[in-house]
Amino acid sequence: MRVDILLFASLQDRAGSDTVSVELDDSATVADLIEQVSQQFPDLRERLGQVRVAVDQEFRPLDYPVTEDVEIALIPPVSGG
Amino acid sequence: MAQPDSRPNGDTPSNEVNDEDFIIELTEQTLTVDATVARLADPGCGAFVTFIGTVRNEHHGRAVERLDYTAYAPMAELEMRKIAHELASRWPIRQLAILHRLGRLEIGEASIVIVLALPHRKESFEALQFAIDRFKETVPIWKKEHFTDGDVQWVEGS
Repeated sequence: MRVDILLFASLQDRAGSDTVSVELDDSATVADLIEQVSQQFPDLRERLGQVRVAVDQEFRPLDYPVTEDVEIALIPPVSGG
Repeated sequence: MAQPDSRPNGDTPSNEVNDEDFIIELTEQTLTVDATVARLADPGCGAFVTFIGTVRNEHHGRAVERLDYTAYAPMAELEMRKIAHELASRWPIRQLAILHRLGRLEIGEASIVIVLALPHRKESFEALQFAIDRFKETVPIWKKEHFTDGDVQWVEGS
């Protein structure tokens, strides 16, 4: 399945886009998604160790399943407030 | 929300408080405490605690000219609302406002205003501390620093 991933802050700058797209197996997890992004987008790789992943606007752990119709975002360490 | 139980001063935790009592906003408008407190005017509250976060002129020893704030807005509002619910379940808060500004901010301007309105001041400061500490952990908002030397850098992590 193809999934779109929203990017923010430095990830957005590095990718030159606010979205990237990866191809994943139907049984993919959040960990698989990060791995796929890392392989496909080397400019993002060194920041991926610090990101949290949000699925439908909730932080989810690495073993959380990724499905086709969800909203996925890579969340770098936040700095609001 | 917490179950009612009585507190030493007779107040119950606010299981009557609901989303209408929370002002949760992301805005590009200037934030001020006075305007925010005025929106929470509640004659049953005798204590209003406020936090204002402002833009500083330096970061790790480097002179800052201004900041930009951006957000993953729908999720930021959800996370802010979660903080509001947790505040209301743990402390006798009758109304609250959590406002964060987005866009370009100059030195000294307020990036965040938090106001909590309670019947009495007991525990109010502790609640406010929780609010800002939790905000800084969970809300997907980022600041980008523009240094006076021309360098521009995202701040990732507090």
